[in-house]
Amino acid sequence: MSAEAPAVPPAKAGGTPGGASPSRGAPARGDDPRRRAARRRRLVAAAFLLPALLLLGALVAYPILFSVGRSLFDASGTRFVGADNYVEMFRDPTTLKAVRNTAIWVVVAPALLTGLGLILAVLTEKVRWATAFKLLMFMPMAISFLAAGIIFRITYEQDPDRGVLNAVAVGVHDVFADRPAYPGARGREDAGETPLARGRDGSYGTAADLTPGRTVSLGVVGVPPKEVPSGAEPATAPEGSSGAGDGVLAGTVYLDFTPGGGGEPGRIDPGERGLPGMTVQAVRDGKAVGGATTAADGSFRITGLDGGPYALRLPASNFAEPYGGISWLGPALVTPAIIGAYLWIWTGFSMVLIGAGLAAMPRDVLEAARMDGANEWQIFRRITVPLLAPVLTVVFVTLVINVMKVFDLVYIIAPGPVLQDANVLAMQMWLVSFGGGNNQGLGSAIGVLLLLLVVPAMVFNIRRFRRSQS
Amino acid sequence: MTHGTVDGPVGKPAGKGAAAQAPAPAAAAAAAGAGHHPPGAGRARRSADARIGAWLGRTAVQVFLVVTALVWITPALGLFLSSLRSEEANSASGWWTALTEPGQLSIDNYTALLADSGITQAFWNTVLISVPTTVAVVVVAALAGYAFAWLEFPGRDWIFLVVVGLLVVPVQVGLLPVAKMLGAVGLFGTVPGVVLFHVAYGLPFAVFLLRNYFAEIPREMLEAARMDGGGEWRIFTRLVLPVGRPAIASLAIFQFLWVWNDMLVALIFADSDSQPLTVALQSEMRQFGSNIEILAPGAFLSLAVPLVVFFAFQKHFVQGVMAGSVK
Repeated sequence: MSAEAPAVPPAKAGGTPGGASPSRGAPARGDDPRRRAARRRRLVAAAFLLPALLLLGALVAYPILFSVGRSLFDASGTRFVGADNYVEMFRDPTTLKAVRNTAIWVVVAPALLTGLGLILAVLTEKVRWATAFKLLMFMPMAISFLAAGIIFRITYEQDPDRGVLNAVAVGVHDVFADRPAYPGARGREDAGETPLARGRDGSYGTAADLTPGRTVSLGVVGVPPKEVPSGAEPATAPEGSSGAGDGVLAGTVYLDFTPGGGGEPGRIDPGERGLPGMTVQAVRDGKAVGGATTAADGSFRITGLDGGPYALRLPASNFAEPYGGISWLGPALVTPAIIGAYLWIWTGFSMVLIGAGLAAMPRDVLEAARMDGANEWQIFRRITVPLLAPVLTVVFVTLVINVMKVFDLVYIIAPGPVLQDANVLAMQMWLVSFGGGNNQGLGSAIGVLLLLLVVPAMVFNIRRFRRSQS
Repeated sequence: MTHGTVDGPVGKPAGKGAAAQAPAPAAAAAAAGAGHHPPGAGRARRSADARIGAWLGRTAVQVFLVVTALVWITPALGLFLSSLRSEEANSASGWWTALTEPGQLSIDNYTALLADSGITQAFWNTVLISVPTTVAVVVVAALAGYAFAWLEFPGRDWIFLVVVGLLVVPVQVGLLPVAKMLGAVGLFGTVPGVVLFHVAYGLPFAVFLLRNYFAEIPREMLEAARMDGGGEWRIFTRLVLPVGRPAIASLAIFQFLWVWNDMLVALIFADSDSQPLTVALQSEMRQFGSNIEILAPGAFLSLAVPLVVFFAFQKHFVQGVMAGSVK
């Protein structure tokens, strides 16, 4: 009637005592019934297997053969072209780019992930909140590449006012480098005693006829009133054209704009303010030989100059656009950026798997090593890593297989214009066969290439399975 | 009766979790490794210097891990807060400003999103694709797994090795041919077509996982049941399925999330009426920047279900993922 309770019932084994008498299990009496029983067993097995084998055969195994065949035909599928599609793969620049990027992915991502997972797994062993940490790190594994892709499009946003990564980058940058003082401002040209001329590099300079002892006023325009530093004081006109002293070029950099109107271009009018924080250089023969930064009223003094004549220059750094952060999703960095997003998703996987291996490690070996005076690094290098080698291999191989198939993440994160720069094989396969390329011959060839690339993993799996069975 | 090559540690208690049967030694350890040994039990004779050094080391580790955790949370927090801010706020300033000015947060984006029939339809399509796929994979794989583990038929071990080989076959190989086949029978661009594809490509892992788990059921148990005259069907439903529940749970969760999160397969096999949420949202990506008020809450909607599943069944999920390594 039902399963007799076994000698050692595992949990939930449903061992309702049954009083049924054995009928079919009776010993077979002749050859014929035994063969009939064997045939019956085969029929039962076939019935159990049929749905799976049908689906696997029709939708997995047969398509492999079909793809191999299809890859030998041209785009329309009518002309046999032999290996042309495979040759094309390495000749067509966009597919070649995809091959290269996939190679970068395979070389970089699994190694980084395994290393990162190993480090985090070892470190989490040392804290009490390891479980919470593992849970947090593992969480991204549950969400889709699409959601992760949107998350990272927001994170990698170029504008530092919107993308958190560039907000951090700009913050760090501004700690180490001065922000440009007056982005977008210009020197006053064609007016005043010492008009400025724009250099090819964006700097502004006077004519090279200034001898030390002179005092000059350098007008600047194009600074919106609210961008003028609050500490700026009214500029004072130089006392005369030769009052600076020996070996000194002095003067004032001022905003040549009178609030409320009036005033004359190229002259310091009452009410015009000095521009503090401006870099001024004295230049001879195209080389800066001295420099100063303007004070609150815009005045500066460059000392230690001999001979002459000099030109005064306001270097381009005064007027440069402020640092705008890193172009994460530009053509150069898009692949590393997407790999970064991939690390966010998969680090938890590698950490948890390696952590499980760590937990299973013989503790007495570690304790003995500690007793012998080995330090943590030696233990890590000489004991932990070698003992973990099988786990590390499994993690690494799993990641290699998954990295080769990466599609969604690249497709979502890479903006349209740089899609080709971020291309990978799995995406190129989609692009050429469905996403507009409409070349199913080449598409099949890429599919077959992807399959060939995972054959080593296939062999690895089969061998590992057979070993586990023997 | 011999049972092929399966000579594993039969005495291993069934029901310890799928990971116990996973191929990786690491995975086996996961189930067993519940015991956490605090490092360094006998260091009484250490000098004060060494103790201070150890304290510094521990603090450094703590700080490093806290920073890592913050780095990991930040992007997700960014999505969540962006989804609660208006379009104007999102284009004017960063989401982190909401941390100091929480007044700008509202659920308006979600209300608008749920009023969009395209999105709600896509959400239901996602359910209509993932749930039947999960059920079908579990049923078909359980049947096959039992046959591979306990029924005798010629070529059994070889066929199973083929299944192991199919574990790593990339879906890309199947896209074109299966699209053609589904087109021929009129299932291309329909929910059943998407389901069929997912079921087929979910099977190798599912069969592999369940066969390995079922193979660990003590042989005496099955033989006793057979002696009692239970037919194979009865043994399967009354004995194997209940005993295999932990593995089946892991498989179901894993499979559900895999299909729920899929974009590639649905991108090809679903049309605009049967597309799931992932496909509906990816079509919005082209205008990225001007429609964060759709994308951010949409992405959050799409990841909320996996997240709930993850936290509700984290143990099964982790075990399923571990058992599926080298997939």
